[in-house]
Amino acid sequence: MAKLKPLTGAQATAEAMRQINPDVVVAYPITPQTPIVEFFAQFVADGVVDTEMVPIESEHSALSAVVGASAAGARAMCATSSQGLALMWEIVAAAPGLRLPIVMPVVNRALSAPINIHCDHSDTMGTLTLGWVQIYSENAQEAYENTLLALRIAEHPKVLLPVMVMQDGFITSHGVEVVKVLEDEEVRKFIGERKPERYLLNVKNPYTVGPLALPDYYFEVKRQQEEAIWNAKDVYLEVGEELSKLTGKKYPFFEEYRTDDAEAVIIALNSTAGTAKDVVDEMREQGYKVGLIKPKLFRPFPYKEMRQALEKFKVVGVLDRAIAFGAYAPLYTEIRNALFEAENKPKLQSYVYGLGGRDIFKSDIRKVFEELLSGNVDSQTQKYIGLRE
Amino acid sequence: MAEKKGWKDLMRGADLPPATALENKTGSWRSLRPVWDPSNCIHCMICVSYCPDMAIPITKNEEGVVGKNGRVYKGTIRLETNFDYCKGCGICAVECPTKCITMVREE
Repeated sequence: MAKLKPLTGAQATAEAMRQINPDVVVAYPITPQTPIVEFFAQFVADGVVDTEMVPIESEHSALSAVVGASAAGARAMCATSSQGLALMWEIVAAAPGLRLPIVMPVVNRALSAPINIHCDHSDTMGTLTLGWVQIYSENAQEAYENTLLALRIAEHPKVLLPVMVMQDGFITSHGVEVVKVLEDEEVRKFIGERKPERYLLNVKNPYTVGPLALPDYYFEVKRQQEEAIWNAKDVYLEVGEELSKLTGKKYPFFEEYRTDDAEAVIIALNSTAGTAKDVVDEMREQGYKVGLIKPKLFRPFPYKEMRQALEKFKVVGVLDRAIAFGAYAPLYTEIRNALFEAENKPKLQSYVYGLGGRDIFKSDIRKVFEELLSGNVDSQTQKYIGLRE
Repeated sequence: MAEKKGWKDLMRGADLPPATALENKTGSWRSLRPVWDPSNCIHCMICVSYCPDMAIPITKNEEGVVGKNGRVYKGTIRLETNFDYCKGCGICAVECPTKCITMVREE
């Protein structure tokens, strides 16, 4: 039987980590760290997990140590945010190249400069080309479940890649919600044991990890990595079915909220999707045909499924909490891409909102819906929500 | 070199069997060669531990070898540099306390 607990998003993630009981957790213990590792450190201090917790001198070293532990055969995790993720960058690229099944919860926060600690998605959107599976979470409940899901995807023999699980900084990470937490025993059965086919601590079968690969082999290794991340699509659904049996919930690539017969649809990641659902409910009551799509699995991106879902709408607004300077915004780019083969393309509008933690209100989202329904959209112009001119 | 493998046949993530660096003979990179004068060597092992390529082999020798000042050195002694791997960095020559290693340009 699942228990209901009042938890912040960070606590919910730490709770998932407690149940996973990883062999090693490494963290740089001051900001830009998140309360995730703080709560987890408490579990270590209280002796409720068997984890070797390593406080280390930087985020670059934190992920490096996790890479080492994972290559040695351990279940190894860390968590990060914002500048921390930025400092890890070199190793963020190395971990998928080494094919290590690391799970790293990330609390989405803005990047410097100017210095800012609040929510936006520039941190993880900056790592899109590096080869991690990315799952975004609307609230603490999803952050909890996605962390469990992520572990199984990462360790699946057809994948063997690191996974980031996102939640919104402060809005989710520090906001208390009622979270349905599974029984420890159920979770342990669900995640099982890590059984690596090769690991460094197996002295009977030594091998080399991370060798030099010059122009004669590097390309082939990267092609292999590409194959693995696409495999994660099927694995995500497969593992999701299994988790469904415990939670009673569905784990689609993206959630469609009241989109049947919808004319105007908003696409948004993480917590903003929750706000938008309220607006959809209110506007539906007033007779507007509006709906929401909330992408969950962002890498690999489900282009075909997204195209099929979007073809039936008249107009779609895409909300990005990040700018891709000199290019279309990251989520908008994927939606445009997905629609290239569509026979009936909806009209599109890109919106950037909420940078550096600027609030987005229900009234803002309502205005977006009204604009979409009015047909006053231009797929080649980026609009801004809540920005002073 | 055997025929190169395609991506489907490679070990995952470029993992390789152990000790494959032995196949990569880095000695060809050398432009300076360490010339060792055993008659001035005290077999202190400083060059051995400083060598970044482990290119100075050692052995146990209980009969002993003649070194500096005609003294006989027993136990662990160094041998001639392994020129398959020595890159000629010259660290051994700098660190040697008796200056029995001289760097000479490769012809």
